[in-house]
Amino acid sequence: MQYKLTTPVTREDLAPLKAGDTVLLSGAVYTARDAAHKRMMELLDRGEALPFPVEGSALYYVGPTPERPGEIIGSAGPTTSGRMDACSPRLLDLGQAVMIGKGARNQAVKEAVVRNGAVYLAALGGAGALMAASVKELEVICWEDLGCEAVRRLEVADMPLTVVLDAHGGDLYESGPAAWLASQS
Amino acid sequence: MRTLSAAAITDAVARLCIRANTLLPEDVDRALEWACHTEPWPLAQETLELLRRNQDRAWERKLPICQDTGMACVFVELGQEVHIQGNFEEAVHEGVRRGYGEGYLRKSIVADPLRRVNTEDNTPASITVRIVPGDQCAITVVPKGFGSENMSRLAMLKPADGVEGVKRFVVETVRLAGPNPCPPVVLGIGIGGSFDKVAALAKHALLRPLDEPNPDPFYEKLEDELLDEINALGIGPQGFGGRTTCLGLAVETAPTHVAGLPVAVNVSCHVTRRATEVL
Repeated sequence: MQYKLTTPVTREDLAPLKAGDTVLLSGAVYTARDAAHKRMMELLDRGEALPFPVEGSALYYVGPTPERPGEIIGSAGPTTSGRMDACSPRLLDLGQAVMIGKGARNQAVKEAVVRNGAVYLAALGGAGALMAASVKELEVICWEDLGCEAVRRLEVADMPLTVVLDAHGGDLYESGPAAWLASQS
Repeated sequence: MRTLSAAAITDAVARLCIRANTLLPEDVDRALEWACHTEPWPLAQETLELLRRNQDRAWERKLPICQDTGMACVFVELGQEVHIQGNFEEAVHEGVRRGYGEGYLRKSIVADPLRRVNTEDNTPASITVRIVPGDQCAITVVPKGFGSENMSRLAMLKPADGVEGVKRFVVETVRLAGPNPCPPVVLGIGIGGSFDKVAALAKHALLRPLDEPNPDPFYEKLEDELLDEINALGIGPQGFGGRTTCLGLAVETAPTHVAGLPVAVNVSCHVTRRATEVL
C-alpha cells in the first residue's frame, strides 16, 4: 500500500501503516544526526525545550552536501540510523512520531515505536541526488556551527519512503528478506 | 629523471575528487545494470532501478551521487624516476581542499577522533604511496563513505581455520552488516600479511574493477564462491530482501606468518567510487 502523509502526523495517521508499505511524505521535516542528537539530549537534561515542535514531528537523519548557488539543497540521502538509537526512545516518548534514515534499529527503539504508535521510515541509502528532489525549502534553525550536522527545517513534497518499523511491531529488515528466501525454498 | 610540479598534482587531485563523487566507475555502473536485469524479486528490482535513476540525476544536476562524499583516500603509484618539485603531501591535501570546496562536496573529517572538531575542508587526505618503476605518476582518488566503512571487520584467524574459516568470517560480516552499509555492497577482502597489512590489502582490493577476477584461479574460485554465498543471504538492495546483496568483491593476498591467518573485510556500497589520472 502507498500512503500520503503530511506532518505533523497523529497516531491515527500512522496506525494503518505496515512494514513494507510506501509513504509519500509532505510538510516540515527536521534534520538531525549524531552531533545534533547529543545537543538535544543536553537540552532535555537541563529541562529546556527542543529547537522544533516535537509533537507529531518527523526527524530525518541526514547531513546534506552544501547547496550550489541557486539550488535549495545538495545531495541529501539518509545516514545510518543506529547511531541515534540511544536518543530516539526519549524523543519518541516526548512526541516525535516519524524517524527517517536507513539501517537497523535496536530493541529499545522498536519498543518505543510500538509504545508510542510511531513509525521508522527508510529513505534510499546512497541515493542522495534522488532524495534531494523532494526538498522544496531549507532553513537552518539552530546549531549552525555543526555545519552539515546543523538542524535544518526542510519543507518536503511527496518524499518517497518505505516503512521499516511499524506501530504493530513489524520490521521490514526481518520480514523482507524472509519473504524472498521463502519464495526460493 | 622527469620533473612534476606539486601544482599539477594538486590540480589532478581536485579534479578527481569532483569526478569520483559525481560519476560512478563504469564497472560499478555495469554491475548495477546487470543486477537490475537479473534481480527476480519485484521490490528489489524497483529499488535497484531507483539507485540507477539516482546516478542519472546526480550527473544531470552536478550533484554528488551520495551525500557522504567520504574520506578522501588517495592512492599514488609514483614512478621512481619522477622528481616532485614542491611538497608532495601538501599538494595532495590542497587538491582535496580545493576539490571538496569547488565541487560543493561535504566536509566530513574531524581533526581529532575524540575531540571531534570538523576541519571544514575535508583534509587531511588518507595518502598511500607506492614507488614503482617508470617516470609517471598515477593518482586514484577513492572517496570512502563511513556508513559502509563502519561495517568493516578484521580477524586474526588460526591457520587451521583455513579457507572455510575465511569464508565464514566474510559471509558473517555481510550478515551482521545487514541493511546498514546501503546494500548491494561491494567488498574488498584482504587475506594474509600482518595486522596492519591485511587491512591495507582489503582497502586496496576496492580499487580493482568488479569485472576483473583475481588472476590466480584458486582465488578467482574463492571470489565466485563468496559472491554466491553472500547473495544467498537474502538481505537484498537496501536490506528490503532479494537476491542482490553484493555487486562484486575482490580478494587480495600477501605472504603471512606460519602462526597466522589474518583476514579483513572492507565493506563498501553500491556507490563504490574511484577515479584515476596518470600524470
